Amino acid sequence: MSTAHSDVVPRITDATQPNQPARPRIQIDGGSVELAGPWTLSALHLHAAPIQRELAGLSKAQIHWDLRGVTALDEFGALLLWRAWQWRLPASILVRPEQEARFSKLPAHASAPRTRQRARPVDLLYGIGQDVILLLEHATGLARLLGELILSVALLPARVRLVPWREISANIYRSGTQALVITGLVGILIGVVLSYLFALQLRAYGADVFIVRILGIGVLRELGPLLAAILVAGRSGASIAAQIGVMRVTQELDALAVMGISRTLRLVLPKVLALMIALPLLVLWTDVAALFGGMLSAHRELGITPAAFIANLPASVPVANLWLGVGKGVVFGLVIALVACHFGLRIQPNSESLGSGTTQAVVAAITLVIVLDAVFAVVFSDVGYQ
Amino acid sequence: MNVIDIEGLWTRYGRQVIHAGIDLTILQGEVFTLVGGSGAGKTTLVRHMLGLETPMRGTVRVFGQSPAQGSFDEWRTLRRRWGVLFQGGALYSALDVFDNIALPLRELGTIDEDLIRELVYRKLDQTGLTHADADKKPAQLSGGMVKRVALARALILEPELLYLDEPTAGLDPARSKSFVSLIHGLHTALHLTVVMVTHDLDTLVELSDRVGVLVNGHLVAVGTLDQIQQLEDPCVHSFFLGVTGRHALAGSSVTAN
Repeated sequence: MSTAHSDVVPRITDATQPNQPARPRIQIDGGSVELAGPWTLSALHLHAAPIQRELAGLSKAQIHWDLRGVTALDEFGALLLWRAWQWRLPASILVRPEQEARFSKLPAHASAPRTRQRARPVDLLYGIGQDVILLLEHATGLARLLGELILSVALLPARVRLVPWREISANIYRSGTQALVITGLVGILIGVVLSYLFALQLRAYGADVFIVRILGIGVLRELGPLLAAILVAGRSGASIAAQIGVMRVTQELDALAVMGISRTLRLVLPKVLALMIALPLLVLWTDVAALFGGMLSAHRELGITPAAFIANLPASVPVANLWLGVGKGVVFGLVIALVACHFGLRIQPNSESLGSGTTQAVVAAITLVIVLDAVFAVVFSDVGYQ
Repeated sequence: MNVIDIEGLWTRYGRQVIHAGIDLTILQGEVFTLVGGSGAGKTTLVRHMLGLETPMRGTVRVFGQSPAQGSFDEWRTLRRRWGVLFQGGALYSALDVFDNIALPLRELGTIDEDLIRELVYRKLDQTGLTHADADKKPAQLSGGMVKRVALARALILEPELLYLDEPTAGLDPARSKSFVSLIHGLHTALHLTVVMVTHDLDTLVELSDRVGVLVNGHLVAVGTLDQIQQLEDPCVHSFFLGVTGRHALAGSSVTAN
């Protein structure tokens, strides 16, 4: 073997370049290898790959090792060498006593790789089964929460002082008042777009005046409630689930329980009642905004004046549609708050569960709202049309 | 050599003064303990040393460098030289024990998984955990185990400086005692500098080389335990009365708490 210096690891002495941190060095001289410099994690990690390659090349031959030049040796440096030596001290080696002590504590063989469970075909079946069970759990959980809620409400008339008025009013403000801007804006924009699309079609048939009826029924019956509910599910659903979830993390839920304060009464009920009050009002507000947008668009595209639009509205749209829309708002409010509370209460005290619980709450709330909307459409299929 | 240098540090939150001109030097290899009543500003002082707070007035230097300033590389290199044991452990709840301890190593990006595994298992051994614990999630761990895992994670990068925030809070006396002897053993084996905040007098007596007493934002006394106990300051005196009491009790056969 010829005399060679490692060119992978540059040999920089501290004396010549004091600003450079000292580096670990490998000096190969025939059958003997001298190690020098700091063999520590902080010094080694930048050159870990080339050093390991070099050590691997050296490990097989009969080599005399000299570690006396090593200025610092930590767990990482020792393990790096130990692994290259195949988990034992080389036969011919010069070490300082404290280095030897460090090596003597190292294990005699590599630890087994961590076993990760491989997916088997049958796992798919388990997965499906677990999903079904989970779905049933959610269904029963929601039913139980609704039951607890009804029981709490039934208790209240006898204990009027327990009615959480302040929480209810705070929740109406948070999920209703603060949502006015976003629902109004979305309502106007959707109204403008829809009215414009309808106007293009109706003009082709010369049926301009039907715009009032189409928009009226469409907005009051379907779009207003659905838009408001989806926006509220995203806003308040997420905030309710996250709030209750963090209360789990900070043990506030446990604190309520040990004080004998019913969480159904204090947490769930105010949120549910608040949304059952706020959402129908938001539905009305979104209706007005969407019709306003539609009215502007109809005026521009079809020349129907706002005065004519408003005058025509009561005659062409049965008022039952308005009540149906508001009624949907009440039901959607109940469902959104209930689902958000349910998923919020299931959150485990860790960051991952908080994120997934909040997501599930919003997704489930929006899905349920749309499913219920379809049910409404079927059940009330002969109400509100002329 | 000084590991930490603090000069004329002032901290204010609104009108509340937390630190009113703190001067402190922490030497290499020592165990330095900060004591003081609740709200005395111990934790905030440690947060300054960690660069989690920026000083309004005065300077904080760790290894000669300001932890709250500097380029990204300086910022990161400094953070690889210290390990922190938070009071609540601050384990990443989405990761299991193994991945929690391995995270700082993996972040280096240059170390292969086989070596990471060996290092993590070595740290599990050193902190008195079993290899079976590696698969557990933080939520499944007891308070004592959380502390051990957090210590293993704090030590995985072979730091020169270790911060311990209330290392024995929430542990029963036996666990607390074994945790203290664990830290003591690691301190001697790894030649660490340790900065500790504690309320627990047993931990204090067992580990500290020097003690600093914080009262109302002032560092009223710094010195060895014996030096401090001889001071006449009433605040210091009342705090350490317990220590003297315990020592006296330890000498007699009377059983009392």
